[in-house]
Amino acid sequence: MKQRREAILEELEQAQELDALQDIIAALRDHFGVDHMVYHWVSAAGDQYGCGTYSDEWVQRYLEKQYIRVDPVIVGCFQRFHPVDWKRLDWANKAARSFQSEAISYGIGNQGFTVPIRGPHGQFALFTASHHCTDDVWSEFTEGNRRDLILIAHEFNRKALEFEPGRQPEHSRALSPREVDAITLIAMGYSRAQVANSLSISEHTLRVYIESARSKLGALNTTHAVARAMSRGLIVV
Amino acid sequence: MLRYIYGNDLHNYPKLERTMFLDRADQFKTRLGWDVHVDENGEERDEYDALNPLYVIWEKPDGTHGGSMRLLPTTGPCMVNDHFLNLTDGVRISSHLIWECTRFCLSRDTEPRTAAALMLAGGEVMCGFGVKHYVGVFDARMVRIYRMIGSSPEVLGSEGTGRNKISVGLWEFTQEARAAVAERAGLPLETSRMWFELAFGHSPQDLAAQKIA
Repeated sequence: MKQRREAILEELEQAQELDALQDIIAALRDHFGVDHMVYHWVSAAGDQYGCGTYSDEWVQRYLEKQYIRVDPVIVGCFQRFHPVDWKRLDWANKAARSFQSEAISYGIGNQGFTVPIRGPHGQFALFTASHHCTDDVWSEFTEGNRRDLILIAHEFNRKALEFEPGRQPEHSRALSPREVDAITLIAMGYSRAQVANSLSISEHTLRVYIESARSKLGALNTTHAVARAMSRGLIVV
Repeated sequence: MLRYIYGNDLHNYPKLERTMFLDRADQFKTRLGWDVHVDENGEERDEYDALNPLYVIWEKPDGTHGGSMRLLPTTGPCMVNDHFLNLTDGVRISSHLIWECTRFCLSRDTEPRTAAALMLAGGEVMCGFGVKHYVGVFDARMVRIYRMIGSSPEVLGSEGTGRNKISVGLWEFTQEARAAVAERAGLPLETSRMWFELAFGHSPQDLAAQKIA
């Protein structure tokens, strides 16, 4: 199952055009076994781009009625950075309630989990999984998949930004020499204690270096991070 | 009580907002002598306050600030990566699961439990949002306070000596540490959880009422 997740992330990494993201998000939706997955980008200028598995009818309806103004997911996530279970949003006002029942009638589902993403220069995006199920089932799903969904959300946004015209290359993702050292030694099969010892750092510090490298590499776990670092030629073992 | 407030919502709590930035000026400029900017209103703010951080604030019964800290994702601009790379072996600590915690501040006359309550809140944020670690910048004086509340950071690197020693550290938070900090804060875990729910969601009753049939 993890392998499938890694394979989809690899496809995302390799995607050459914006259109490819649509197939990838559909594959992710199938893989996670939820009703829908959606990526929704809003630029500082208010331009929107999205891909996902909502029906065309709902997307049309959403744009036509300018639901971006009442959608509690947008309102509740804008300018924030913590992931949100839809249950925690404010659905109390009349407009939000009628929006919700309409969304449900279009098959969006009664549950949702959204990761807000703050991109560079005021860019903002949301990555959402939605589903129809009980609260218990949903909270089990989000607990079990939260960290992977957060990672995938940011990887999606990174890819979408790549296709933006005139975009500046991202420097913050380069691995520092210490991160390269840590990942190299892990790849060589040394234990964490041995690696920490050989780099003269504590195991806690090593954990943070590895976590940071994992995130920069867009990897789901340490093994995946090692594989990605090797395939990109960042480390040589 | 503990409050969790994003920068763009602070104006809804004018007294809390004003006293927090005044207390920060008092702590960082007056008491610690840090090179921070205090504006004409006597408030200490920096460029990171403009990035809509999440503030965790201990509010005193009279509605004023008792203590606070400021959280930001390490994937965007943050102090550790912008100014203290020399203390992390040049490693730009950047992960969606690591947040930065800075401007840990206690007002002069706050209840002794305040620091522990803030650490407890840090634990709520970790559990609630899937955060694995915090990184932060702190000075020598804080080392003792962190130790007292049973939540000492792992030091990644330091510079300076004595009172002027500045360090970058990281926190993890285990369930055992959580219980210990709750005890030092004199707060039941349920109360802490309730404040978190209050900030980021609705009460269980609300949830039940709005559940779709």
